[in-house]
Amino acid sequence: MSRRVYLFKRFERLWHWSQAALIISMMLTGFEIHGSYSLFGFGKAVLFHGYAAWALVTLWVFAVFWHFTTGEWKQYIPTFEKILLIARYYARDIFTGAPHPFHPTPLRKHNPLQRLAYLGVKLFINPLIWVSGLVYLYYPQLREALLPGLPLEWVASAHLVGAFLMLTFFIVHVYLTTTGETVFAHIKAMITGWEEQDDEHENTAARKG
Amino acid sequence: MRHALALPADLPARLLLLICGLLLAASALAYPGLQPVANAGAKSGSTADHGRFKQLQGPFKSGEEVTEACQQCHTEAPRQVMATRHWTWDYTNPKTGQRLGKMSMLNSFCVGNRSNEAFCTSCHVGYGWKDDKFDFLSERNVDCLVCHDTTGKYKKPAGLAGHPAYERTEYPPGSGKFLEPVDLDFVARHVGKSSRENCGTCHYNGGGGDGVKHGDLDSSLNKATHALDVHMDKDGLNFSCATCHQTESHQVAGSRVAPTAADPHGPLMRGKHEDRNPATCQACHGDKPHKGATGGLLGSLSRGDQLNAHTRTLSCQTCHIPEFARGGVPTKMSWDYSTAGRLYPNGKPMQIKDDKGHVIYDSRKGDFVLGENVIPDYRWFDGTVTYTLQADKIDPTKTVPINAFHGTPGAPDARIWPVKVFQGNQPYDKVNHTLLIPHTAIPDDTAYWYNFDWDKALRAGADAGGPPFSGEYGFVQSEMLWPITHMVAPKEQALNCVQCHSAQGRLKDVPGVWLPAQDRIELLDLAGFGMAGFALLGVLGHAGLRFAGHLRRRKP
Repeated sequence: MSRRVYLFKRFERLWHWSQAALIISMMLTGFEIHGSYSLFGFGKAVLFHGYAAWALVTLWVFAVFWHFTTGEWKQYIPTFEKILLIARYYARDIFTGAPHPFHPTPLRKHNPLQRLAYLGVKLFINPLIWVSGLVYLYYPQLREALLPGLPLEWVASAHLVGAFLMLTFFIVHVYLTTTGETVFAHIKAMITGWEEQDDEHENTAARKG
Repeated sequence: MRHALALPADLPARLLLLICGLLLAASALAYPGLQPVANAGAKSGSTADHGRFKQLQGPFKSGEEVTEACQQCHTEAPRQVMATRHWTWDYTNPKTGQRLGKMSMLNSFCVGNRSNEAFCTSCHVGYGWKDDKFDFLSERNVDCLVCHDTTGKYKKPAGLAGHPAYERTEYPPGSGKFLEPVDLDFVARHVGKSSRENCGTCHYNGGGGDGVKHGDLDSSLNKATHALDVHMDKDGLNFSCATCHQTESHQVAGSRVAPTAADPHGPLMRGKHEDRNPATCQACHGDKPHKGATGGLLGSLSRGDQLNAHTRTLSCQTCHIPEFARGGVPTKMSWDYSTAGRLYPNGKPMQIKDDKGHVIYDSRKGDFVLGENVIPDYRWFDGTVTYTLQADKIDPTKTVPINAFHGTPGAPDARIWPVKVFQGNQPYDKVNHTLLIPHTAIPDDTAYWYNFDWDKALRAGADAGGPPFSGEYGFVQSEMLWPITHMVAPKEQALNCVQCHSAQGRLKDVPGVWLPAQDRIELLDLAGFGMAGFALLGVLGHAGLRFAGHLRRRKP
């Protein structure tokens, strides 16, 4: 027996996937601008990177509004409850086919490790990328007026550190989507909004919750 | 009295009239200057047909006489010319205090004009400068024709101290070849605005031949194609030199001795008096010239904004002159005097030519390296140039900078400029540690080109007012920079991004500029990609263990 839980609302899914597409394209163009390979051509890569940046800014304006008006921001309040249990799950129990110790509900979509990870992205990686990225984008204007003597090298390096962190997050994040009930369960949930859950697990979660 | 034929009594008078009429018509044909349409003035839109001025009918026996005729109307012209560097060959740079100008400067080509005046001054805008006794105050010594001849027939051969040939002259002396005299009367009646051919007579041929010195100025510009120079394109804009080098009172704008390296302003407005050089690119194009710019409100989100963001760092020329010497005329990239003097067994000098027929060795001058379609070097430049002058001590263990371009990397008044770097190897005094000026070009018993004796030649150079010669000479490596600013390519041929924005980009040796895609901190890259790589390995390993567990559990 299984039951379906509606975890991700329409805007949330739209936000997630648009953001995913924008971040992937920004990584592709960004590392080309960095000189790691050539794909679109340097000039186009710079333009696409800029367009994607402003598209993401726009998306975030809506997302921030949504988070605060719906109270969804509370999903990222950190908790260490059962965090060791969950860490042990990923480090050991997952290989034995044991059930996941955490079961999401619409009010608690993310397990404590996820909460911490996403909070880190939102509070550290994103601000680092945004601040350094905007300074990079406006460097020609800023260096005369506000930031004389700030070398472009520092700005670009800070931005690059952010990019490496985002790339690492991306790799781990994409992998962890495969650790649901089935390999594609989490991705399906992020597309349809509905996650399939075993009753047994649900009961367990309810008991423990 | 019967007459078979009645002749009018005034027959002789009528015949005379007819003959006179025919003669007049014939002379009008013979002298195109008398025909209203066939003159330079009509073509250039001038209101004056100089061919019809009685002052210019001649006959003229010398250039000076032509100048006097010009001055009858252009009363101020000679004095204006005498106030320019075309006349004085002398200039004190107000920024550096250095006394410059052709009179005192040295280079790595023909080195210097002392003792060689009669040769070098074929490019002086005057008549008679053959030694240090030239009268710089005599207005009749000003040469109007060299800049205003429209016939192409007025030539000032090297060696005649700025004069054209007035009579049939053996040239070079002893060669058995002869120069025909210039028809001064004809030339005088065909004066007009300076064309690129006029300027090119000297400015293409500096250093002893077409294209030798500058690299971006040679005779290919006379009939420039669009690909060679978008402004001088003969089928397009067809600019003359003076279109940009806007001249007032004979003062020609623009100079390589004191150039304008940065001009961060909009275009010059007509009639507005600004203390700006009208010959810069920005004087017409402004400093934000690229199409489609939004002004950068959202950062560089259009191609135009992206490109405009570069104008704070680069000169226009850096991208828009991707290569110099593109017109089929090679420029000299190096000149090694130390190998000069190799002669045929019979004592005659030799010339060795390359596959294209260009001289690469000359007994008089040594070895040359020529270049065509040359990729420039790039230097920070704020317009300040200093020179190694005759009295300056040199360090013979190092390459002597004949000139140095100054500019602080990233400074608001400095831009990265394309330059031609010319390598010399030229005589210097081993005791005094100064550069020397050899006497080379005047056929006598001390000139190097005729005697192949450095001792005599260097002594004669010193005696004529060059740096003193101790008697011990050697050859020293030298380097001379030439700003590249002509031969502006069509925009399609301008540098594209990756020509600089890549690991081996053109600016990789330029200090003080950090270029995305060119520059990186290797350690940061290693750490960053290492971290991501470990994450990837980690998740792959994790996935492998999961899969193995899955297989194990499936076993009965």
